[in-house]
Amino acid sequence: MTTKTIKVNYLARVEGEGSLYVRVKDGEVEDVALKIFEPPRFFEALLRGRAYTEAPDITARICGICPVAYQMSAVHAIEAACGTAVGGPLRALRRLLYCGEWIESHALHIYLLHAPDFLGYPDSIKLARDYPDVVKRGLQLKKAGNEIVSLVGGREIHPINVRVGGFYRVPARRELAPLAEKLRWAREAARETVRFAATLPFPDFEQEYEFVALRHPDEYPFNEGQIVSSGGLNIAPAEYEEYFEEEHVERSTALHSVLKGRGAYFVGPMARYSLNFDRLSSGAQDAAREAGLGPQCRNPFQSIVVRSVETLYACDEALRIIEEYEMPDAPAVPVTPRAGVGHACTEAPRGILYHRYAIDDDGTILSAKIVPPSSQNQKTIEKDVFQVVARNIGLPTDALTLRCEQSIRNYDPCISCSTHFLRLEMDRG
Amino acid sequence: MATARKPKLAVWKFASCDGCQLSILDCEDELLAVAGAVEIANFPEASRAVVRGPYDLSLVEGSITTPHDAERIQQVRKASRFLVTIGACATAGGIQALRNFKDVSEFISVVYARPQYIDTLATSTPISAHVAVDFELQGCPINKRQLLEVISAYLHGRTPNTPPHSVCIECKRRGNVCVMVAHGTPCLGPVTHAGCGAICPAYNRGCYGCYGPKETANTPSLAAWWSGMGVSNAGIVRAFRTFNAGAEPFRRESEAHDN
Repeated sequence: MTTKTIKVNYLARVEGEGSLYVRVKDGEVEDVALKIFEPPRFFEALLRGRAYTEAPDITARICGICPVAYQMSAVHAIEAACGTAVGGPLRALRRLLYCGEWIESHALHIYLLHAPDFLGYPDSIKLARDYPDVVKRGLQLKKAGNEIVSLVGGREIHPINVRVGGFYRVPARRELAPLAEKLRWAREAARETVRFAATLPFPDFEQEYEFVALRHPDEYPFNEGQIVSSGGLNIAPAEYEEYFEEEHVERSTALHSVLKGRGAYFVGPMARYSLNFDRLSSGAQDAAREAGLGPQCRNPFQSIVVRSVETLYACDEALRIIEEYEMPDAPAVPVTPRAGVGHACTEAPRGILYHRYAIDDDGTILSAKIVPPSSQNQKTIEKDVFQVVARNIGLPTDALTLRCEQSIRNYDPCISCSTHFLRLEMDRG
Repeated sequence: MATARKPKLAVWKFASCDGCQLSILDCEDELLAVAGAVEIANFPEASRAVVRGPYDLSLVEGSITTPHDAERIQQVRKASRFLVTIGACATAGGIQALRNFKDVSEFISVVYARPQYIDTLATSTPISAHVAVDFELQGCPINKRQLLEVISAYLHGRTPNTPPHSVCIECKRRGNVCVMVAHGTPCLGPVTHAGCGAICPAYNRGCYGCYGPKETANTPSLAAWWSGMGVSNAGIVRAFRTFNAGAEPFRRESEAHDN
């Protein structure tokens, strides 16, 4: 009887802190555990007693990589509680801001965090020595996304211009023109990114997942839609807690989310794509087909191709919004607080992000609940790693460890946000 | 100089959102040049490769909130020639320092079903409360241009040039209309450290103090102005209690209005 353990004590190229423990006994995988030691920051507790207007600025600080997602889920949930809906150019500007975050976050993951795994480098800096043009393209694509966030949001990280009801200041049409110029370059770079990602070596690893994402009647989802799944779920964001629940396990300061009675599920680019292929721009659909993707993708190692397709879509969509934009008369619509509860779910780069707030008559927050995408994917990541180890048990520990890390990075887990996440320990004697 | 060893740069994370270290990767035009000038020896968010210490320059993000991290920062200090804290968490305790004004066990029970699994300290404290710090770069998040200035300064053996005056000075330089005088919008600009470029007033919004206190911040005077504009005591407490709630001038002012 032999036992083998693989430990990755500090998972690299993920956002935040976590580790992985794998135990193998007599050639069989016994246990896979993602351990999250990101220190808890207690956002849901500290939001109590704050003003309803403060939720977007405070929750942005949950994650420096996707602050826009937190701001969007926060404003939509607060507006739902107050019975206000934001439409027209303000709604379009929110979508434009989200496009910027998707481009920035996806380019970061594709080029700086994920591509080095496929090409055998420890990081993008060393990758850049051999493939300078590839890394430079990635950085400039990332920059194009950040320029959208900077202009519409005020700055790249923790934008200052988002408020309940809209914005503090809205751009004039002429301010968006130089952005459009950059985005036309970015669209070509994104097309090139899809082609590049398609050439990477992918292990054959198709899995059965329950995909969960938003679905909107006419658009690829950002801020609005029903929560749907490949297993037939179709609910409003307000019904989220009736269908999903969080479990607190000892090894993790991030709560594990499950679909009640069904278990693990999958959120993020692959889920969004597989449930919304028909809502992509024709350019993004064509690029996906050319890259060899069908209308669904079930190989998480190909998530880098899907992320590239979404980046292309975000460039197309941003250009469409800028083209059609008319400056609104006021930067925000008035929102009057009233006692109530509001829910919202938006599509963060890494998947659905759920917020719920209860507020009182003067707008004081009474309670808050926040479920980030990476905590929703934790169980699915563990299942993938289990399969990866089972199929590659003969590999030397170093190679197997790398493959495990790569399968975690398929999910672009954002550990800082899910605490409220990685080291690999492999136990094989 | 062709044989000179490149200085070793390390990036360390404690309780934080990762935004300040992301500022390094957000230097899209300069990242490869920085990587050419220094050896990125420990930066888990960007690389699997880890080079052993000691390190010439350590950038520390995040605050100390667990017994384990209180130990870890001592090791980081021992392995570092210069230690620079980046961001509001590392310099003031961050938004998570709001627990310092409350009962942390009640906070745990609100968020976690099984409080016994959570090992946390009652307070969130800045790095300087635990070890000697060579330089503090303020901001939530830090400004990437200022970060490049700090790295460049340490590479060349000089003091970083990050002016400690208020956001007001940046506002005047930018040609903004004063939102407090002209629009009656409460603004923390007069007591807040420069560095952001006065973006909030440029977007028709009052400064909300994410860069923390400037040098010699006259918070009582500003709070009196806010009262005169009709802001409640509770509103003043909330304004000083955000991302830099643990910074001494802001802490004192919030406590003066907390009744």
